Amino acid sequence: MFDDFMVRAALAGIGLAFASAPLGCFVVWRRMAYFGDATAHAAILGVALSLAFSMSIFVGTVVVALLMALVVSVLSEKGYAMDTLLGVLAHSALAFGLVAVSFLSGIRIDLMAYLFGDILAVSRGDLSVIWGGAALVVSLIGWRWSGLLTSTLNADLAYANGINPKREQLVLTIALAITVAVAIKVVGVLLIAAMLIIPAAAARPMSRTPEGMAIAAGLIGMLSTIIGLQAAYVLDTPAGPSIVCVTAITFIFTSFLKLLGHRR
Amino acid sequence: MSLIHVEGLSVSYGARMVLSDVSLRIEPNEIVTIVGPNGSGKTSLLRAIIGAVKPLAGSIVHASNLKIGYVPQKLHIDETLPITVSRFLRLPGGLADVDYALKQAGVPELEKEQLSQLSGGQFQRVLLARALIGKPDLLLLDEATQGLDQRGSASFYQQIETVRKATGCAILMISHELHVVMSASDRVICLNGHVCCEGAPAAVASAPEYRALFGTGTGGALALYRHEHDHDHGDHCHNQDAE
Repeated sequence: MFDDFMVRAALAGIGLAFASAPLGCFVVWRRMAYFGDATAHAAILGVALSLAFSMSIFVGTVVVALLMALVVSVLSEKGYAMDTLLGVLAHSALAFGLVAVSFLSGIRIDLMAYLFGDILAVSRGDLSVIWGGAALVVSLIGWRWSGLLTSTLNADLAYANGINPKREQLVLTIALAITVAVAIKVVGVLLIAAMLIIPAAAARPMSRTPEGMAIAAGLIGMLSTIIGLQAAYVLDTPAGPSIVCVTAITFIFTSFLKLLGHRR
Repeated sequence: MSLIHVEGLSVSYGARMVLSDVSLRIEPNEIVTIVGPNGSGKTSLLRAIIGAVKPLAGSIVHASNLKIGYVPQKLHIDETLPITVSRFLRLPGGLADVDYALKQAGVPELEKEQLSQLSGGQFQRVLLARALIGKPDLLLLDEATQGLDQRGSASFYQQIETVRKATGCAILMISHELHVVMSASDRVICLNGHVCCEGAPAAVASAPEYRALFGTGTGGALALYRHEHDHDHGDHCHNQDAE
């Protein structure tokens, strides 16, 4: 069954949805949306460096995304205005990445594949990287779940419970870097933040507990992947963006249902 | 033995010293209140005790196996985070006696409510319940009645007194409401970057250091009163103490 490119694509998308659901919830709760963007945009620089030094793209992007995330974490503690800082870092990382790629004259690369993903070209090797990364992210977050949730509610409450919120932040940072590296092949650097935030946001109106929201986000992400791929196949549209479109439609749908519920 | 022994504690944020050479002890089963003007380091002192800020100098020694319950000054729950009261109380421990804690805090009916839907008073009670759930030996309250009206805060402090009677825990709290401080505390610590004075409420109220901070008007204790009603009440209490 792995011979069919559509099956491989679906499995890749489901793997990403699996990892980005719990992580995406924290990104939403902690208002880190732009943080996710900055990390993802930096990944294109990672791609350029990986190609220049003939490294694995996964390793290159994880390293650069992690560095970016750490820089943002440290600078934000120094009291820089967060949205300005992230705006500067996210877009300059993307620009530097694009410029760096253009220096690689000896290598022919399809830039679009990294910007918007190339889910239909996922190989068996890619699949194992994606699922390995996703399993790592989910077990990391699952392991730290209570601590992460407590520090998200309030840093001082966490300290009083013997939890170090800075360590928990680091866990999220690492999980984010891995997810970015995993997601490049699926939706590309420009749409990674969408896969993090939109399923979680769509799950919010129908959830009563944090755990419920993470599970709902996962289901929405996986379902959107399957529907989006089918739609892309039938309508002949780009696969990655089609998946994101389906998540967005789900978001509109659940928000609307919630609104109707309030009316009654 | 003391529950907490703070010795020569100094805390700074960057170049700004907020606490210098603060020493104090908290004994079992006593209610100690910290008073002091804004920016006097009250919150920093509590945060240092729970380990949220690293001291520049000095030491904070906890009694062995000391369990601390902490009620923060304010807690903002992001609208995007769905969480029920009972789930909130079970963080991060997992297994916990939610019923017991909510009863102790006087709000047994809130278990299934969404945290973001609670009123200010209910929310403070839930925070108190969360602090109580681990059966603490020491309860730290940082202006726990901020944003509550007179009646709300009076009933909150009554609850605190009930909790102490029921569980025997010691309480270290920060309060701006001096009439509460004077009537409910065993000991008052007047803080302004350093410990200005400390002792029984009546003794502190007549100390010159305290008067320098809060004025000399009606015995100092009343300088921050805003309501005529409380004015009379507090004055009355103070005179009794002084006699």
